[in-house]
Amino acid sequence: MSKKKNTKQDAQPLFTGSEWNFELIETVGQEIAKIADEFGLDTYPNQIEVICSEQMLDAYASVGMPLMYNHWSYGKHFLSNQANYQRGRMGLAYEIVINSNPCISYLMEENSMTMQTLVIAHACYGHNSFFKGNYLFREWTDADSIIDYLLFAKNYIAKCEEMHGVDAVEEVLDACHALQSQGVNRYKRPKPLSANEEKHRQKDREEYIQRTINDIWTTIPQKFRKKEEHEEHFPKDPEENLLYFIEKHAPLLETWQRELIRIVRKMGQYFYPQKQTKVMNEGWATFWHYTLMTELHDRGKITDGSMLEFLQSHTNVVYQPEFDDQRYSGINPYTLGFNIFMDIKRICLDPTDEDREWFPDIAGQDWVKVLDYAMRNFKDESFILQYLSPKVMRDMRFFTIRDDDTNPYLEVSAIHNDEGYRQLRQNLAAQYNLGNLEPNIQVYNVDVRGDRSITLRHYMHERCPLDEQSTNEILGHIKNLWGFDVKLESFDGEETIATYPPSAKDGDNKAA
Amino acid sequence: MSNIIIDRRRNSKGKSTVNRERFMRRYRNHIRKAVNDAVNSRSITDTDSGEEISINKKNLSEPFFHHGQGGKREQTHPGNKEFITGDRFKRPKGGGGGGGAGDGDASDSGEGMDDFVFQIDRDEFLEFLFDDLELPNMVRKELKDSTEFSWRRGGFTNVGSPDRINVIRSLRGAHARRIALSGKDRKEIRTLKRELREMEVSPDETDKDRAAEIQLRIKELNEKIKRLPFIDDFDLKFNNMIKVPIPSSKAVMFCVMDVSGSMTRDIKDMAKRFFFLLYMFLQRNYKQVDVVFIRHHAEAKECDEHDFFYARETGGTVVSSALTLTRDIMQDRYNPKDYNIYVAQASDGDNWEADSPKCSKVISEDLMPLLSYYAYVEITDRHHQNLWHEYKKLEKDHPDYFAMAHIRSPADIYPVFRELFEKREVTA
Repeated sequence: MSKKKNTKQDAQPLFTGSEWNFELIETVGQEIAKIADEFGLDTYPNQIEVICSEQMLDAYASVGMPLMYNHWSYGKHFLSNQANYQRGRMGLAYEIVINSNPCISYLMEENSMTMQTLVIAHACYGHNSFFKGNYLFREWTDADSIIDYLLFAKNYIAKCEEMHGVDAVEEVLDACHALQSQGVNRYKRPKPLSANEEKHRQKDREEYIQRTINDIWTTIPQKFRKKEEHEEHFPKDPEENLLYFIEKHAPLLETWQRELIRIVRKMGQYFYPQKQTKVMNEGWATFWHYTLMTELHDRGKITDGSMLEFLQSHTNVVYQPEFDDQRYSGINPYTLGFNIFMDIKRICLDPTDEDREWFPDIAGQDWVKVLDYAMRNFKDESFILQYLSPKVMRDMRFFTIRDDDTNPYLEVSAIHNDEGYRQLRQNLAAQYNLGNLEPNIQVYNVDVRGDRSITLRHYMHERCPLDEQSTNEILGHIKNLWGFDVKLESFDGEETIATYPPSAKDGDNKAA
Repeated sequence: MSNIIIDRRRNSKGKSTVNRERFMRRYRNHIRKAVNDAVNSRSITDTDSGEEISINKKNLSEPFFHHGQGGKREQTHPGNKEFITGDRFKRPKGGGGGGGAGDGDASDSGEGMDDFVFQIDRDEFLEFLFDDLELPNMVRKELKDSTEFSWRRGGFTNVGSPDRINVIRSLRGAHARRIALSGKDRKEIRTLKRELREMEVSPDETDKDRAAEIQLRIKELNEKIKRLPFIDDFDLKFNNMIKVPIPSSKAVMFCVMDVSGSMTRDIKDMAKRFFFLLYMFLQRNYKQVDVVFIRHHAEAKECDEHDFFYARETGGTVVSSALTLTRDIMQDRYNPKDYNIYVAQASDGDNWEADSPKCSKVISEDLMPLLSYYAYVEITDRHHQNLWHEYKKLEKDHPDYFAMAHIRSPADIYPVFRELFEKREVTA
């Protein structure tokens, strides 16, 4: 295990027992910081907070954030986590880390000193440097102001509850939560959040919004109307951000309701990069905790015992049950990410002929630089497409099943062999493309002159239909926000395949 | 760059409490239903435990747009063993290929429709059990010998216990006293000082002795002022508290249970469950409610709680015996001026034929004028007998004050209980 015996003799381990204390955490933190610096990891300053298991459950319940507005669904998550935890069905994560500046990491008090070391390496240096370096996070989130913004949101929502009642607020939030994934700008870069500015501008916005909305809904005198012979769409181009559209254009909402939509939208936007970089983010953090821990051990800073304890939990983290295993529930992002990053390092240090053929650019290069580049400039989909090597595919024994509902059978469409590598890699990458995973639903038309109903269009991907029950439920939520009828049609590129709610067609007649 | 390390363990742990309450509030009806089911299956004396509540997950869904089954999709999995490209096999039932696997985002609403199970504690259980119930027609009675007082602030006094000291008043008093007592001296100091200053202006005429004398006098006076105590016993002021009697709503509940031979074990058990609910309800929601237990067969007897629920003696049935006993106790101990009086009666309705009109008479003439509410439950799965028909007339004559209900099986107990004690719009 220890290759560099030479340095080991003259170093004292930082700790030998399993008990932790604050000085030890401090020393270990400094030691890791030193090594991380040698590897060129660029991080936000760290703020390490020690919490107990109940607090961890609390943090779990509110999407990991230290501050969050109140909502029943967080209570539901809390109850279910609590029940699972108390029955021993679920272990708690060793840490939670928040994309903020300074980067806040929670350590559990139950952890042993080895685990604390692991967590510091994983969260405070792995995730932290990823948050700071990856282009999605850099462009889409503002680590400096998230905590302030959360505070603003929490207070604002509490104020709304006071003024308009919990039920009214809950109704809006429920609807927004259902649409959170559709409340994201995928291509435009949003302005970074700033609580201060939000507060200042909120008043102006309230007035402005009401004015512009009325513009759209003003009745246009008869003589002008005649000019518009052809039907004009509003919006002109379909709008992908449903929440944004509703916030700006729903005719009947009050300003505080628009503000609530905005808050949920901002939160959705904040979490959007995390959804797209699960494999990379976890893989990166796992790669670095592994590298840093090994380095600590090589330098004699941690004992063989600690190293064993670490390796055991590391093995659990990167365990990938196979597809026919009872425990199988999809690909473990830790494993996949870790394997790819480790493999990139291998390709740099010790390339085979196959690697030279597949990765001529990075074979034999400085691994630290190559890894840094990979971390900064990709998201899961493009990362896999770029870096998944035949060796990893072979090691993990990947294969693709094609499920086409026009065939009565399932088919293995690619496996880890020469013919299959590229296909397999594409398939796996597509699997992490949120654009394929989440239904593509856009605002298609608003009947501005008529009954003010809104029509959403679901652009189908590979003929995949929407789940009927949840869709109808969500349409109810949208109707609450929009205030008038809501229709949704599934469009496969040529024609409308299905409409929701199912009665939408005859609803037209009744509406009059 | 060193790390900031913060110990947060002492921070509040209850961050989720509000969210938990929100959840309970939202699913009140579901939880109430679960509590309802639970109460029928519990042992009647089991009130100390909480309850496991399970709600169908379908009702709790937080929907989000996602794909249903169908279409074409490719799913990549790890751990291939013997598959090669082109292998075909039958689509497994239950739509294993329907996606979900591989996307770590699937929330728990995406999983199967298991029940969502969580624990509520005893207090919450009881709260849901007796939520929105009340004793009807309760009026605040004027209380001569009220035992309930509240303490109110009532000015200040010069004596009192140290914990009631009013610091501001005391110091203000002391300050005033010091000003008052030192006034003469300070006035003298001022004149002396002025004299001194005049001397300094014209040093030639200065009488050195006089100056020294003045200095001395000033010093003397200053010391005298200093000797005044900063605070004196005399200055201390105390907050005065006075007792104010508050009118409270006292009530008494007469629990009248039939234990005659015609009551089978099952019926008795149901009656007991009913009274037990009533008893728990009263204990929990009203501090000032007396309960009088009366059991009767051919003759009636007042007994204590334990005997009421557990004694086994039995006999024939004369319902009026219990009613007259109720009347006597009422006249004896519970003045309707002071008390809201309630009667809850449970029987199988099997009364001695000639007795029923008598019951009706006792109730309408002697009891109803004094009562706030009379609730009768008949526990039987047979036809109603004369007692029920007699009581029906009473119900007509005394709407809002006389209520009756029929329990057929244990499952009816709690609904009937709720129906009888449902919070109503104020009519009176």
